[in-house]
Amino acid sequence: MKFAILINEGPYQHQATDTAFLFCKAALAKGHEIRRVFFYHDGVNNSSSLTEPPQDDRNIVQRWSKLAEEHKLDLVVCVAAALRRGIKDENLAPGFRISGLGQLVEAGIEADRLVTFGD
Amino acid sequence: MSEGTVKKFMFVNRKAPYGTIYALESLEVVLISAAFDQDVSLVFMDDGVFQLKKGQQTKGIENKNFSPTYRALDGYDIEKLYVEQESLDARGLTEDDLLVDVTVMSKAEMGKLMETMDVVLSF
Amino acid sequence: MLHIVNKSPLERNALESCLRVAQGGALLLTEDAVYAATRGNAAAEKITAAMAGMKVYVLGPDLDARGMTDRLIEGVTSVGYDGFVDLVAEYPTNQSWL
Repeated sequence: MKFAILINEGPYQHQATDTAFLFCKAALAKGHEIRRVFFYHDGVNNSSSLTEPPQDDRNIVQRWSKLAEEHKLDLVVCVAAALRRGIKDENLAPGFRISGLGQLVEAGIEADRLVTFGD
Repeated sequence: MSEGTVKKFMFVNRKAPYGTIYALESLEVVLISAAFDQDVSLVFMDDGVFQLKKGQQTKGIENKNFSPTYRALDGYDIEKLYVEQESLDARGLTEDDLLVDVTVMSKAEMGKLMETMDVVLSF
Repeated sequence: MLHIVNKSPLERNALESCLRVAQGGALLLTEDAVYAATRGNAAAEKITAAMAGMKVYVLGPDLDARGMTDRLIEGVTSVGYDGFVDLVAEYPTNQSWL
């Protein structure tokens, strides 16, 4: 089955992105396809390459990059939300791309299920 | 597959405007969805009904008043706006307080409507 | 449809609103919403009442993380992330009550 994921909150402040990540991992392990992960609202902060958590904490940004590399995931950051919050190509972590909100609607159309993670 | 596919999208608005950005950014998705020729419904319940309150004056808080956009939605062929009666009642509002034409429905009718959707986005 | 709630019922009205309008289907409690399905919580009765019309699940890892696993009320099924995925696949529509 094809899933699309919408993440509306940033890393560390809310559990939403952790839950989304673990959901994606479980879905992939079951042989499902993650059609796209779309980052909106403060969720765009999941893509900042400037993020530096303490050593003993999980690295949420790198974790997404790694999952994207391993499974060829399409991680899309909303351009309007990103520019509002200081996320640009120059500080975008590997595996992410910045694009328009149409990518969210398109993912909703093309996927069998869209699941939202937020606050 | 997306070529010609029409899905029933529902945007559920449960948060008040200005206190957080959700209402504004939700509206941005709604406007984009119009370009994809999908079957779009908007639901306003809980504090989301405050988004439609007439007479919003945002000058004093130095925020953009985005409430006129709700009136422009029919220009984008987005005409299905639903408001839950119980949410209005709990906030001392009636349909006359709202700045756009909506269909008011009961909690049970709202629940049944949600069941008929393909994609439900909640902000 | 599958209803997903992730907030404590004592902090937000998401659970209450969900139960008010939901017409059957399933309810999955995740993150801080898992407290709702624990013995002695003010919302536990609402969960028990809801079970008459819908299946109720909690995300086990969230219950474990909060030290509440042994307080889960009867009739609620604990699932892992794989069970979360199965629920989303099982129900044609889902809604996260944010």
